[in-house]
Amino acid sequence: MIIYSLTFYLFSSVAVLSALMVISAKNPVHSVLFLILSFVNASGLFVLLGAEFLAMILVVVYVGAVAVLFLFVVMMLDINFVKLREGFLQYLPFGALLGIVLVIELGILFLTDRSSNIYNNQTPLQPIVNEVENTKMIGQILYTEYFYLFQICGIILLVAMIGSITLTLRDKGGVKRQNIDSQNTVDASTAIEKKKVKIGEGI
Amino acid sequence: MITLEHYLFLGAIIFTLGVLGIFLNKKNLIIILMSIELILLSVNINFIAFSAYINDISGQIFAMLTLTVAAAEAAIGLAILVVFFRNLGSIEVNKINQLKG
Repeated sequence: MIIYSLTFYLFSSVAVLSALMVISAKNPVHSVLFLILSFVNASGLFVLLGAEFLAMILVVVYVGAVAVLFLFVVMMLDINFVKLREGFLQYLPFGALLGIVLVIELGILFLTDRSSNIYNNQTPLQPIVNEVENTKMIGQILYTEYFYLFQICGIILLVAMIGSITLTLRDKGGVKRQNIDSQNTVDASTAIEKKKVKIGEGI
Repeated sequence: MITLEHYLFLGAIIFTLGVLGIFLNKKNLIIILMSIELILLSVNINFIAFSAYINDISGQIFAMLTLTVAAAEAAIGLAILVVFFRNLGSIEVNKINQLKG
């Protein structure tokens, strides 16, 4: 149990510190890399909680796809980041005040005595280790009970894909393209033209 | 011993950092998108912590849904950002009202 606690504190403190670095790093490339660190540590926490499948999905989807997409965009666009940082400190006192108030309120909410709570007469909650492995459990419920949800997820991804393609697609002028329609409608009457060539002259 | 409250508090801290990131970097659209990712991560931590401690697998299904929405949101957000930069040569949020239509 002590190893569990130590692992939790290790992963969570690194996750929080790297989340702090995400929002305070000067260079956005560093921000993206700290975001990756934060996600990897969160996936470690998911393993601690017994959600191995989601931990792996988090690494694959976030670190493998989303964070790399961010890296692509940050490096592809030539952005003046120094100018964008103007006014960073201007909002720091207000933002810090707001953040501290928010954390304290949330903390009070969690740390209050739950004497009138539904958890009252239960033993202290602990992660429960199941006999069935996590991936199998998710599969059993995802394809039966939550099947429509799964389909809607697919539609959301399809719409996002089409949306981002149509947003970034642009037509360049002056590019020669194959026009398949006009190629298919060609027949002998339009393809061949008869001309009378006079003797001694060209066309 | 690590209780549910530990995980909830961690989620609260990461959520607050995400909100704070939107406040502080209010000009830089990329950092704002990353802050939204942080907020969604904290939501995921809460979902999975509840799912593990109540021993109900449904929470993990909803965490997967959140993950899907986050991926779609990142893709569309970055596409809008690229178009915005192509038109204006800058990603300042103050100028984003020029994206009419």
